[in-house]
Amino acid sequence: MPDQNLHANKPAPAPQGATVGEPSLLNRRDALLQILRVGGVAAAATGAGFWLDARSRRPVPSAPEVARRDHRVSAASEWPTLAVAHFAAGSGDAKAGEPRALVQKALGDLGGIERFIRRQDVVVIKPNIAWDRTPEQAANTNPELVAEIVRQCREVGAKRVIVTDVSCNEARRCFHRSGIEAAAREAGAEVVLPDPDLFREVDLGGVMLKSWPVFTPFLEADKIINLPIAKHHGLCGVTLGMKNWYGILGGQRSRLHQQIHQSLVDLAGFMLPTLTIMDCYRILLRNGPTGGNLEDVALKKTVMAGTDPVALDAYVAKAYWNLDPEHLPYLQLAANRGLGTVEFEKLAVKVSQVS
Amino acid sequence: MAHSRLPHYRRVSQTFFLLLFLALLILTTMRPGSTGSADIHMRGPVRMFFLLDPLVAISNALATHALYRGLVLSLVILMPTIFLGRFFCGWICPMGTLQHLVGSLKSEAKRGKQRIESNRYKRWQTIKYVVLIAGLIAAVFGSMVIGTLDPFSLLVRSIGLALLPAVNLGTRALLVPLEHSHVHVIKMFGAYASTGLQRTVLDLRQAHFNQAIVFGLLFLVILWASMRVTRFWCRSICPLGALLGAVSRWSILGLHKDASSCDKCNRCLLDCQGGDDPIGGVPWRKSECLMCMNCVGSCPHESLEFRFFRREHEVASPDLGRRRTVTGLAAGVAAVPILRANTGLGKSRHERLIRPPGSLDEPDFLSRCIRCGECMKVCPNNSLQPTLTEAGMEGLWTPTLVPKIGYCEPSCVLCSEVCPTGAIWQITSKEKGWVAGGATQNSQPVRLGTAFYDRGRCLPWAMATECIVCEEWCPVSPKAIYVEEAQVVDSAGKAKTLKQPRVDPSRCVGCGACEYACPLQERPAVYVTSIGESRSPSSQILLKRS
Repeated sequence: MPDQNLHANKPAPAPQGATVGEPSLLNRRDALLQILRVGGVAAAATGAGFWLDARSRRPVPSAPEVARRDHRVSAASEWPTLAVAHFAAGSGDAKAGEPRALVQKALGDLGGIERFIRRQDVVVIKPNIAWDRTPEQAANTNPELVAEIVRQCREVGAKRVIVTDVSCNEARRCFHRSGIEAAAREAGAEVVLPDPDLFREVDLGGVMLKSWPVFTPFLEADKIINLPIAKHHGLCGVTLGMKNWYGILGGQRSRLHQQIHQSLVDLAGFMLPTLTIMDCYRILLRNGPTGGNLEDVALKKTVMAGTDPVALDAYVAKAYWNLDPEHLPYLQLAANRGLGTVEFEKLAVKVSQVS
Repeated sequence: MAHSRLPHYRRVSQTFFLLLFLALLILTTMRPGSTGSADIHMRGPVRMFFLLDPLVAISNALATHALYRGLVLSLVILMPTIFLGRFFCGWICPMGTLQHLVGSLKSEAKRGKQRIESNRYKRWQTIKYVVLIAGLIAAVFGSMVIGTLDPFSLLVRSIGLALLPAVNLGTRALLVPLEHSHVHVIKMFGAYASTGLQRTVLDLRQAHFNQAIVFGLLFLVILWASMRVTRFWCRSICPLGALLGAVSRWSILGLHKDASSCDKCNRCLLDCQGGDDPIGGVPWRKSECLMCMNCVGSCPHESLEFRFFRREHEVASPDLGRRRTVTGLAAGVAAVPILRANTGLGKSRHERLIRPPGSLDEPDFLSRCIRCGECMKVCPNNSLQPTLTEAGMEGLWTPTLVPKIGYCEPSCVLCSEVCPTGAIWQITSKEKGWVAGGATQNSQPVRLGTAFYDRGRCLPWAMATECIVCEEWCPVSPKAIYVEEAQVVDSAGKAKTLKQPRVDPSRCVGCGACEYACPLQERPAVYVTSIGESRSPSSQILLKRS
């Protein structure tokens, strides 16, 4: 009832016995309650105002997560640093089963998958799935090769095997048309599309590259296997293993080209893979990294595996493009930073022919 | 009382077709599928409603003297309408159903007497026939502006280009905090929900469409109008309804009114959808009736019944009158010359009007495109956007490629597969010719335009900075973008060698990948204009293409 009396323009009927004409007043109790109510609201508003006033700051981006992703396993002297498996020259056209045989051989020479992957590991495999191209066009990693790695990881009991990449072209087209989505899924992998909402701002700790959004599966892995394909590249000369790390980043990657060599080294210094397996089954000799024309493709029937990403890139550049490390400044920069060696001749390289 | 079940059956039918329409609209997106083939095609009958649409078919036939791929299916709707009347509007049309639904909501402004009055026939219901006549005459003269008012075009634009992207945005906003949660269970739930929805109804890439707010608001205004006046759109504007109304004059099924038992209680008018005077004492208006059967269900005296071969006084044709007919004819005759006097199709064309791959030359394109937005809905890169002024007033809401938002994906031809009228003629990825095994010496690739450099903004040209991302992305081989090493001097006076990009117009297909990838994203230093587009013999640069 007292609430009705609060409406000043609607005075309550005069109480019984009140003199006619006398203004009606609240009784003491209601008046006190009213003052308390109004005072409470005023105090709360004032308090909130001063509290918000004190909070006012110029917005700054939150500090990126600091992370260096070292997934390497300890070196073992009984195994070579680099293993190359190839079919004999003149073994004819591409045949199904050949990429599988090659990776089995190269990986076996390196100590087998058991040397790198443990039971219950979350393994992320990073093929190149950047372009809307089919396997024959050699712009993406060979799907059979991806499937074989997935299968081996599952065999040694990896908890999860994730295959993913942050594509350049429309991702679903790239994943589908590269053949990798179907092949990897059939071999038992989770194929993860680059969901734009699943990137986290990370401090890459590089000379050029500081804070960049990184696709979260790459941040939450126990082991990472880099699975690049060897291709020509207009700016860099070649795109090999280290350049494949562009595909973990989101954001405006096109800016990386302005300092491509330093960017490559910064990324390689951030992401140290368990293993790198280079797809040289088909390589793209010209018009890379997109290609598209079968005349740009050379069938090499070779797969290389290694634990030194720098040596592997140097080896492939020399083998197929006759590029020495001095032609690829990023290799020397990476070596200087202690990420590996460019002097692959001094390493134990095991070359085997598969028949 | 046998007939009183009919409104119930009608509601089942309406619900079914509305859900089917929405399902097909949601499926109008790239779905690679799990087939062995690398090719990605449109799966499922996503164009179905357009193929069944007699307005699209008849205007397409008037403008092109032929019927495009599958439009002959519209006979499935047209033929029964000749015999049975506008059952399509009352039982099938999803736009009608939505208005029916909204119009059934309780409203202060539409109760009792007002509601009965609002459902009596009004002369303004003939506006739709004027619209139809004008639109069909314009089609005869080669302009498909009538398509803008097709109910399915309206729905795809409103729901597909405005509401669904908004729903997508809202749902993602709810899921993203879950996906980034530090609590494992919540995170897993968010991840599964997100993946599951992305595989079904959500997009991996959030789509944005220019003018979506216009499409959304127009749609809301139309629905709001149907709250005030039952089926305002169907009764007064819809040219498809007008077409079906006009052909239903021969219909053998009609409303039988038993005058002896009718006491003019007006109950039949309470839920009448068409405004066709089902009440006794006045003639029934055949062309307005949507065959919703509500009057039969609501008549307490069972005086109303739909019967075949009845012989009764009725108004079979729209009461258009000579004046309104002439208005429609005159508007149709005048429309095309006036629109084209404003725009012109030659040199005055907008340089950024880049039509999707497979599009016909502009005059043929405009004689086919019904602005349905299917191509924009399906484009996986969100590249196709509705025009505002780029195609002139006549070409409002026709598709244009906006490379800054998305380029044309080399192997993709989905827009040409969903186009119901052949404005974007169906092509294969091989005919598009941007990938291996496509263009040969005898067949040139489809070209959308040509890329040009803005050397005042390009990093290697203007700022002594290495870049050529454009060259990396160029999808043709040999690449249309080539580089030349140049000596430049930076601001410190230091000499530098870097690669400067150039375009070979004989190789460029105008896909816009370079423009999309350019780091100067808000105004790229390389951009595509329509010159050199293969569809237009008059819009070429080179004397001969290599």
